[in-house]
Formats: sequence, C-alpha cells, structure tokens
Amino acid sequence: MKNKLPLLAALALAALAQAPAHAGDHGRSVALLPMYVQECGSCHAPFPPGLLPAESWQRLMNDLPRHFGTDASVDAATQKALNVWLTAYAGSGKRARTAPPEDRITRGDWFVREHREVPAAAWKRASIKSAANCSACHEGAAQGMYDEHSIRIPR
Amino acid sequence: MHRRLSILAAALALAGAAHAATPSEQLAGYTAAAKTAADPARGQKLFTTTGTKEWSCSSCHGSTPTGTGKHASTGKAIQPLAPAANAERFADPAKTEKWFRRNCNDVLGRECSAGEKADVLAWLMTLKP
Repeated sequence: MKNKLPLLAALALAALAQAPAHAGDHGRSVALLPMYVQECGSCHAPFPPGLLPAESWQRLMNDLPRHFGTDASVDAATQKALNVWLTAYAGSGKRARTAPPEDRITRGDWFVREHREVPAAAWKRASIKSAANCSACHEGAAQGMYDEHSIRIPR
Repeated sequence: MHRRLSILAAALALAGAAHAATPSEQLAGYTAAAKTAADPARGQKLFTTTGTKEWSCSSCHGSTPTGTGKHASTGKAIQPLAPAANAERFADPAKTEKWFRRNCNDVLGRECSAGEKADVLAWLMTLKP
C-alpha cells in the first residue's frame, strides 16, 4: 500500500486537473498534471503529452538518468506516476502517429509542418535558442496552452 | 464518490509531507556531514568552473545566481537560485538533494560531496539581490 500512495495521489490530482480540458484550434488540450509540471517543467516547457506516442514516452521515462545528455532522474514512485499519466494522454492521431527520431517532439512531422512558417534564422536567435524553448514564442506554454492567438516571435 | 474522496485525502496528505527546512539548517547539515567548515570562496569557484563535462553550474544558473538564468540546452528561463532572491530555493531538503544529485552529475559526472554542497550553499547564502 505504501508504494501505491504516490501513484494514487498523482491519479487523484490528474482527475482534478482534467476538468478544464478543452478543444483548442489544434485539437484537444489536456490540463497538465502538477507533478509533471514540477518534475519536467523546470528544465524545459511541460510539453503536451499528446505530442508523442506512448512508446516514445515510455522510452524516455525509462531512461531519465540519461535524458538528452542530462541527468533528469526521479525516484521510482514519481517515475511510475509520470509514466502512467503520460501514457494515458499520449498522442495517437495526426500529431503522434509514429515515434519521431530520437523521440524528439521537435523532429516529428507534425511539429515541423506546424512551424514551417518560422524562418530558419529565427530559431537561432539568443531569445529563442532552441526549438524546445516553447515559452519563447508561446506565451501560455507553461500552462500547456499553444493557441495561435498567443504567439509572439521575439526579435 | 467515497473512494474518490479518500484518494484525494491521500493526495493532500502527501502534498503536505515535504519537510521544510531553512537554508541555514541545510548548510548546518552538510557542514556536520563534511566535518569541516564551509568555504564560500571555494563554493563560488566550484559553481563557476566548467567540470569534467561541458557545463558549469553557471552555464544554466548564471555566474551571479541572484538573477534569472537560462538552461544551456533548452533556453528555458531558470528562476534565481540564491535563497535571498528566491524564497522557494533551499526550502525543502529533498528537493535540494534531488537537484544536487542531478546537476553535479551533469557538471562533474559524479555526485557532489557534503563538503562541496556546503561550500556552494554557503556562497549562495552570501549573495544579496
């Protein structure tokens, strides 16, 4: 029972957090699990879980000590809870039909297509730096909001 | 409904389970474990020097971590690390330990010793916004 508590806690919080899930102009967006924002959102934007298929999330969650060159390890209970939530809300439609190269969201066909109007030079600006830096242009990225009306590409 | 309530109660109980401690208390703990006094100057050097890998602590936190840093790989803004500039820092020992474990591994390819943690924390506590 002891080991199951954090998992139950995560699921309870997930259930509470799901209430405001709504459809944006790019499909259904999912309210973010607080544990996910806390554990994963410190180094990068808390990417919407629907942008990767379940197999990608599972590979990433099983190799957190070697996460794109950094140690992103979490304790076993946290890892399990994150894996459950990410798998439950993983993508399956046009945005995540197959696992992108290296399980990188930014290399998926859907991501590349959605960002085709962004000039190559813009990605390299110091104010943006990386395609993973969603918040540089998407003002609501920290809350998982990516609608087209709140995009501001910095100079 | 009853089941949902008890799950919620468990969640809230866990949320409150984090043990708070001040930066001074955590520094005292590291100093005691290291059996030697902390040296802020040594902490600053460790923080700003590139380790055995590509990064130093400053690569993401900045060389004066009273200000906002920027993740060296993703570009994401990182809130100030010095406790005087950000009350959320060094408030939870488990969180402190988690980040020392991850980040020392990223910079040095190993965990930091208690003495190294004491030095870095002692230096961060000297910084004023």
